[in-house]
Amino acid sequence: MQVLEMEHVKKSFNGAALHVLRDISLHVDEGEVVAIIGPSGSGKSTLLRCATLLTEMDSGDLRYSGQTAARSGADGRAVYADKQTLKKIRGYFGLVFQNFHLFPHYSVLKNLTDAQISVLGRGKTEAQQRARELLAKMGLSDKEDAYPCQLSGGQQQRVAIARALAMDPAILFFDEPTSALDPELTGEILKVIRALAEEHMTMVIVTHEMDFARDVADRVIFMDGGVIVEEGKPEEVFAAPKEERTRQFLARFADR
Amino acid sequence: MTVQTMLTSLIQAFGTTLFIFFFTLLGALPLGLLVNACRKSRFAPLSWLTKIYISIMRGTPLMLQLMVVYFGPSLLLGITVPGNWRSTAVVLAFVINYAAYFAEIYRGGIESIPIGQYEAAQVLGYSRLQTYFKIILPQMVKRVLPPVTNEVITLVKDTSLASVIGVVEMFTRAKQIAVAPHSPGMITFLAAAIFYYVFNYAVAFGMERLEKALDYYE
Ligand SMILES: Nc1ncnc2c1ncn2[C@@H]1O[C@H](COP(=O)(O)OP(=O)(O)OP(=O)(O)O)[C@@H](O)[C@H]1O
Ligand SMILES: [Mg+2]
Repeated sequence: MQVLEMEHVKKSFNGAALHVLRDISLHVDEGEVVAIIGPSGSGKSTLLRCATLLTEMDSGDLRYSGQTAARSGADGRAVYADKQTLKKIRGYFGLVFQNFHLFPHYSVLKNLTDAQISVLGRGKTEAQQRARELLAKMGLSDKEDAYPCQLSGGQQQRVAIARALAMDPAILFFDEPTSALDPELTGEILKVIRALAEEHMTMVIVTHEMDFARDVADRVIFMDGGVIVEEGKPEEVFAAPKEERTRQFLARFADR
Repeated sequence: MTVQTMLTSLIQAFGTTLFIFFFTLLGALPLGLLVNACRKSRFAPLSWLTKIYISIMRGTPLMLQLMVVYFGPSLLLGITVPGNWRSTAVVLAFVINYAAYFAEIYRGGIESIPIGQYEAAQVLGYSRLQTYFKIILPQMVKRVLPPVTNEVITLVKDTSLASVIGVVEMFTRAKQIAVAPHSPGMITFLAAAIFYYVFNYAVAFGMERLEKALDYYE
């Protein structure tokens, strides 16, 4: 079963003046790790925002585990499912933001338990148990009573990943999870994601870390100008890109 | 009149000042939230009406508003008001006036909360209501505390405006005593000033404690 199916997704801003996504289709299998790379402004974030229902697509289909969140209507415009269905579908995915967006007024533990309790309806003990399990996995067991402002960026991002995982999503999206971090802190985040990949967590990761993408991904997607230019196994895309644009893009990273 | 009778009389009237003060806050602090929500309503006429209401409350003197609320129902609308209308009217006028100011302050507080907080909550599956009450409101309260403190201190002093509709709060009483024959004279005003000052000091102290209590984050 495919966890995520996006078909013919189109999105423009400023009253159709700016086409950001031009007919993008993306399917993700259970257990698959997909890395999305591409230049700034190519529409990577917009794609994730459409997938996570933060932005409405203009047209296209969006399904999670076969359940329809949106489909193109007769006039081609995307028609979204009713509130109840969307609420259910939100439970299928999690999103890790570039800037963490932890809740500053909640302790680390409460950041992890509150949604479990008030959205999933879990009991407090169960939620705390799940939270502590995840904090241990993130190496943050001693931080459960800390507030986000007392943590380093790398620790905050690990809490944010744990917060998303606590909801037991079927798929986890990352939008440049290390871009807001000092270079010496990116390693700890990449390590965590790598560990998740080894457990076969289904993930879609937008990243500028090419070595990491090559290592961790089952499939790499190169986006440019709102389309998928090329996709394939990392060794194919990185070592022998078919498209000229991919080659140019990768060359810029090789120079660094 | 002895100084002691003067003080006793002032303290009695200070009770009225406290009455106006507490009931105004009790009504206006939550009403401000509702006003702010109405202004942002997607139902355009409601948002419009709310904006007009706020601009009138901010654009006309509170003294005038007190008079309109007190005299308006009988003089303009011909309604027979209940016997205790005076104290109801004074609180009502203060509440609707201060709610408008609080709504403005809340708006600033809410707008300063990063959009990412809403998005994180939405992706986690919080409903709009949950997002507002669990995520946005608590952070807003912390941000608006300093400007709310300013308003609350202004309110302590504004209570004296109630005299315009004949409510005998502390300042009105001080005036009455000062001009009465054989009164302690100007000392009365000094005493009233001290009362106001001490009260304001206590209010400021309380608010500061509250701010400190919320200092545990950010
Ligand atoms: N809400 C919006 N309103 C108008 N334009 C937008 C909006 N969001 C994104 N855009 C535009 O859409 C284009 C693609 O943006 P997007 O953030 O998806 O790119 P990206 O691939 O994530 O880039 P980066 O690598 O810099 O994060 C950009 O030109 C951006 O300015
Ligand atoms: Mg982006």
